[in-house]
Amino acid sequence: MTLTKRVIPCIDVDLDEDGNPAVYTGVHFEDLEYTGDPVEMAKAYNESGADEFVFLDITASAEGRETMLDVVRDVADEVFIPLTVGGGIRTTDDIKETLRAGADKVSITTGALERPELITEGAHAFGSQCIVISVDARRRFDEDGEHYVEVDGESCWFECTKKGGREGTGIDVLEWAAEAEERGAGELFVNSIDKDGTKNGYDVPLTKAVCDTVDTPVIASSGCGGPEDMYEVFTEADADAGLAASIFHFDEYSIEDTKKYLNERGVPIRLE
Amino acid sequence: MSTVTSDQQQSLADVVVVDYGLGNLRSVTRGLERAGADVEITDDPEAFADADGVVLPGVGAFREGVENADPLREDLLEVADSGTPLFGICLGMQMLLTTSEEGANEGESAVQGLDLIPGTNVRFAEGQKVPHMGWNQLSVERDHPLVRGVDGVESESQREDGSAAGGSVDGRYAYFVHSYYAVPDNEDATVASTDYEIDFPAIVANEAGNVFGTQFHPEKSGETGLRILRNFVEICSEE
Repeated sequence: MTLTKRVIPCIDVDLDEDGNPAVYTGVHFEDLEYTGDPVEMAKAYNESGADEFVFLDITASAEGRETMLDVVRDVADEVFIPLTVGGGIRTTDDIKETLRAGADKVSITTGALERPELITEGAHAFGSQCIVISVDARRRFDEDGEHYVEVDGESCWFECTKKGGREGTGIDVLEWAAEAEERGAGELFVNSIDKDGTKNGYDVPLTKAVCDTVDTPVIASSGCGGPEDMYEVFTEADADAGLAASIFHFDEYSIEDTKKYLNERGVPIRLE
Repeated sequence: MSTVTSDQQQSLADVVVVDYGLGNLRSVTRGLERAGADVEITDDPEAFADADGVVLPGVGAFREGVENADPLREDLLEVADSGTPLFGICLGMQMLLTTSEEGANEGESAVQGLDLIPGTNVRFAEGQKVPHMGWNQLSVERDHPLVRGVDGVESESQREDGSAAGGSVDGRYAYFVHSYYAVPDNEDATVASTDYEIDFPAIVANEAGNVFGTQFHPEKSGETGLRILRNFVEICSEE
């Protein structure tokens, strides 16, 4: 037997009007819809056969951050599968606090783009295995890129964005992926601004290009509309894990059915 | 499908989780509590002596781990010597060996592990995805109380005749995150192995049986992991 492909539910947590943590699900990183209580959802996923659990703090405020660490503690108490926490992590102290609260890994986006040494420092102090570098990639069809990939008959490159796609950086995703790996990132988390919330499939060309560039595990994210999309990104891009939010949150598909679907088609999956 | 035990059950053993300043101690603590232990997180060696079992957790890099744990070295060796169960998890397991290629420097600055299970930790080969991260299968190689029945197919006879197959964690999945793996000098140290291009030890134990470790994270391995933690707590309560 070999390492199995992972099926990972993800929750985006923000504060509601009363300042209480709540899960929201969005489309194209916008238009958020209230979905549920983070701890209850985490408990349910822990028992549903999920291989891992990702918790993203989308509050981006100082008060939000403190509250979120409390939620991370509550979630960690209920979850006996790996827990990755992301959102607003900019310093090694942030990493330490988040791990101490019960996260097994931290996912870093902007903090690493703005100061790549954070990856090196984090990997040195806490080990590569807990440093997940997350990219919010956007397709660009101009001449500014370094590595071009064929997408629907057109040639594009992928740009790292900040603030959920609202701000470009000019940095080529594939260059950045290689640098992140070199600096000690243990895993890459690949989001696609173009695919987020569309439910018409992962960005397979993007995911495949990243998988071909690095040896570290790659989690495909954004765009999953069902088990067949996970099948596609596992078999065509060779992603190590597939992440999904809304299809699981709104009970369109269960984790168990998704894993059965994949297993029946020969994808190595943990079924217990 | 899930059979998590209640939190309110009576404590079966007093377990100490060694705090040497690294990583996530919360999950392992919660896992042990679910498994029926009373848990104290501490770096106080006096607490080690009173405990029914000691857990050396581990997330992080070998050098940092060993350096942080160094003030406790003699105390941990004493725990092992006294026959108290000493359970290393992930990096904590690697620290039970003699040395590691990770942060390896030749000569005087080489990083020394506890040498309770002689051997070295080496890095996975180039060209493989590293870290080995995710769920992989356990293949039980020999009997040890840590790998007792997991699937409800309790088979006492199999336990007693030394066969670990059947009602054990054999074939179950556990969650791994590591770039280095243990190579014990003595093959018999391997209790269970896992296949990642090569077969490497997923569970190791010393000859006396009271010092053991898992390369994977039982506290992150769902029901299978909780089963192993329960086995550990049971071992502690038997001492």
